[in-house]
Amino acid sequence: MIFAKELNETLRACLSADPRVVVLGEDIADPYGGAFKVTRGLSTAFPDRVRTTPISEGAIAGISAGLALAGYRPIAEIMFGDFLTLVFDQVVNHIAKYQAMYADQATCPVVVRAPSGGHRGYGPTHSQSLEKHFLGVPHLRVVAASLVHDPRAVFADFLAQDSPVLYVEHKLLYPQHLDVPDGGRSGDLLATRDAGPGMLPTVCLSAVPREDCVATVLAYGYQAMLAARVVERLAVEEEIFVELLVPAQLAPMDWAPVERSVGVTGRLVTVEEGAGGWSWGTEVAATVSRRLFRELRSPVEVVASEPTVIPSSKARESRVLVGESQIEAAVRAAAASTVVR
Amino acid sequence: MVSTATSWRGPAAPASGPATGPDPTGSAPVPGFRDERLTGRPGESDELRLYRRMRFIRRFEETLLALFEEGVLNGTTHACIGQEANAVAVMEHLIAEDHVFSNHRCHGHYLARTGDAPGLLAEIMGKESGVCRGVGGSQHICAPGFKSNGVQGGIVPAAAGIALAAQLDGASRVSVVFIGDGTLGEGLLYETLNVAALWRLPLLVVCEDNRWAQSTPVAVNLAGSMAGRFTAFGIPVREIDSTDVMELRAAAGAEVEAVRGGAGPRVLLVHTYRLCHHSKSDDERPAEEIAARWPLEPLVVHGRRLTDAQRRTVDDEVDSAVAEVVATVRALP
Repeated sequence: MIFAKELNETLRACLSADPRVVVLGEDIADPYGGAFKVTRGLSTAFPDRVRTTPISEGAIAGISAGLALAGYRPIAEIMFGDFLTLVFDQVVNHIAKYQAMYADQATCPVVVRAPSGGHRGYGPTHSQSLEKHFLGVPHLRVVAASLVHDPRAVFADFLAQDSPVLYVEHKLLYPQHLDVPDGGRSGDLLATRDAGPGMLPTVCLSAVPREDCVATVLAYGYQAMLAARVVERLAVEEEIFVELLVPAQLAPMDWAPVERSVGVTGRLVTVEEGAGGWSWGTEVAATVSRRLFRELRSPVEVVASEPTVIPSSKARESRVLVGESQIEAAVRAAAASTVVR
Repeated sequence: MVSTATSWRGPAAPASGPATGPDPTGSAPVPGFRDERLTGRPGESDELRLYRRMRFIRRFEETLLALFEEGVLNGTTHACIGQEANAVAVMEHLIAEDHVFSNHRCHGHYLARTGDAPGLLAEIMGKESGVCRGVGGSQHICAPGFKSNGVQGGIVPAAAGIALAAQLDGASRVSVVFIGDGTLGEGLLYETLNVAALWRLPLLVVCEDNRWAQSTPVAVNLAGSMAGRFTAFGIPVREIDSTDVMELRAAAGAEVEAVRGGAGPRVLLVHTYRLCHHSKSDDERPAEEIAARWPLEPLVVHGRRLTDAQRRTVDDEVDSAVAEVVATVRALP
């Protein structure tokens, strides 16, 4: 089943199992069922609790905040992740603050879903991956959808905890089939799960055991899907073996799986689709360089998109956004590099 | 769905009471504090009670400003001197299950809602025993059935969300949000009014127009009509230019009951006046304008209904009670 459908079933199951769950967003009601059809059928099944809203992202986030303060479990859809700018105040000054500033007398477990990312020709304001601007907001979890994480488990975790969450869903994942590791494999790669206590699992993928890998690649979302292709291709065609780590949660980061992998491979490449600089990758690089200074054999490579607007033209867009070629180049460079100290 | 929705909330907790964490009263300096000298003697007349509650807020605010000058308070504070009648009038009609969302100028609303002077004072003094353990301070207060936040406009959708929760529960709870004339500049207010009207949410917006947004007068801040901003969404507005707590109480009562009865969102637009500075010693308003408003302040207006002896008794009782609160809280770690 494709990811969009899996997510739809997940939301349906959440609504069925928990009367506190409310879904809000623009154009989410039937028959339209959401810009990406993730909510199709839900407003018919749960007319009170699945509500289409005016084009008012701030109100969507703010009303969700009130619902959450009153004991409900709102799940808000922001139609394009680009519009997360319009909910920034609600997230930073309200949703993420309430529990701490009220000394644990209230909780505000809002889940904001944001279809994000480019490679679809939607141009400068409908293609961005803006999650980096939310990383490091105190008390906010930022989680990325991927094909190796079952959304049922991810949403079960959201509903079991009281933290607010930003859940970014790369649009190009919607038509893809989930590939959640099963029996130690995902596709042709070995697959394991690793997690620090209480954290969503990071999925570790490689053609050969970690001990035989020369680098670690850390990637999330759609970029993790591209990275998996690169890892597989380099293994099969050139016997360059690297391990791909796919975290679900970007912030706060679960460092334990990263440390365990890089501690063995000694090299790290991070991959993200957001604009380069002041990013997830640079934070990872800073942290890993400090924690694993002795184990690193070369500097951390950070792969990100060009820091400019995302053009509409296919050719121009592909020169700006990270694709397989940039990932492959960075992995090759990392695998070949050793700084002698 | 509606019928099962109360089971997870627990029987005792109000609409948006604590979902987790410690019992808020457990950390209060005086658990369950309620002093009749501040909130009303059993059997006393409405006129006396209303005067007492306004006097309580006034004396608390004056005391805070004095404590600031003494240097024992940290940060800032926004006193509501001159606006006490609004808070007292609205709270007369609310029940425990209702919810109040307030703004940066929240002390009067909080005290009228809870009577919890020591919890608030300890909070503003930054003590562990404060109602938010010293994290929230003057502008960020939480208690059962009450919250405040210091960002203009952003509290309005939260209040609407609390109203939506009441609607989904099938309950007749009312969600009240206090805003000011300055808040009318925030776009999120209008997004929320639109949704609240479309969904007929049980939301009462109390807009306290005190004529000045920090240092900027309404004339420089606001084009068009205040009431028109709400009626454009089909939301009824009751506009009242008064500092008389009895008039305000009647107006608020009609609005609260209409909202509780399922009439959808409504607005109580009160034209009032802030007699004190915006926060601390930041007042460039014309002295003659302020002076002209002092004879119209709520304690003077309503005080005429009482005898000199009645006023003096209440004033003395409130003074002693607030002084005791200050002494108690000062001694806390």
